[in-house]
Amino acid sequence: MDNSTKLLAASVAAALTLAGGAVQAEEHADMERCFGVSMAGENDCAAGPGTTCAGTSTMDYQGNAWTLVPAGTCNSIEMPAMEDGTMRDGSYVSMNRDLPA
Amino acid sequence: MTALLDSHAAMQARFHNALWTTATPDGLAQADAVERRFLVYRNNVQHGLCSALSQRFAVVERLVGAAFFTAMGRAFAASHPPQTPVLIDWGAEFAGFIEGFPPAAGLPYLGDVARLEWARGLAYHAADAPVADPAALTRGDPSGLRLTLAPSVAAFGSAWPVVSIWTNNQPGAEAQPLPTGAEFALIARLPAFEVPVIPLEAADCAVLRELHAGRSLGAAAGHGDPTRILALLLKHGLITAITGETL
Repeated sequence: MDNSTKLLAASVAAALTLAGGAVQAEEHADMERCFGVSMAGENDCAAGPGTTCAGTSTMDYQGNAWTLVPAGTCNSIEMPAMEDGTMRDGSYVSMNRDLPA
Repeated sequence: MTALLDSHAAMQARFHNALWTTATPDGLAQADAVERRFLVYRNNVQHGLCSALSQRFAVVERLVGAAFFTAMGRAFAASHPPQTPVLIDWGAEFAGFIEGFPPAAGLPYLGDVARLEWARGLAYHAADAPVADPAALTRGDPSGLRLTLAPSVAAFGSAWPVVSIWTNNQPGAEAQPLPTGAEFALIARLPAFEVPVIPLEAADCAVLRELHAGRSLGAAAGHGDPTRILALLLKHGLITAITGETL
């Protein structure tokens, strides 16, 4: 190995250490999208028009806005009942309830 | 029948063109108030497109204000109407349009702000790709290795401090003093569907561009120390393949 190769190998080793070893993309694998549980303006991002975008939901618990929640908890998030007394539940798919007029 | 279809196509073309003028298209059959009704239709189309643009280019809108943005957006929509029904594909030319839009000439950095916001949208909608095993980096001589980066990765650079301008104008951000001169950033989608704008030094961005273009680690290292870029790419799972040099 010449010097530049040694230097590069050291650089790669340093980068692996800085990155915390073998990091996988699944750092958020224990999170999942949950629709209908976000407070107005606090939904997570889906950049671009025609989608629900971060901070653009205008109603509390808007059915087509989502938030990342710990896996398995989407259906057990406690929310107030709707005006007609129906209980609200989170959903893994977009819903038609609580949509802005 | 052909004549009828031809005339229908011609009618659609007249209707479409009239959306961007002040004239009412010929051939509309309506007992009363055709002009007023067409105005409503035209306004809905223009307003809808401007709203889409303001979601995509929220910082540009914040910098120039809603009234300016709407006027600029309508001019853009008229000269660059969507080419497909997919609204998220619309707006690629907005940055260039801004740079040629005389009323915005006093804000020479504005086009690059739009470019950054467009890049974030592209990153958000980029394809998924499985992460490569980083162990391949440590096998043998690293200088011949080539990386394939995730489809969402973009190297962003501007002659203006656009990364700071964008950061300062995020919701809830506290304004920091603006530096002068060029700024660079790595833009990519993280697994949590976040699209951060990670500031880079000029040399780091040069290394990233080399790697992104498929050049070897050894060639990229000629532009600067690759440690920080490699660490960032590894940390966020943005390397999707590591291949050796084919001799």
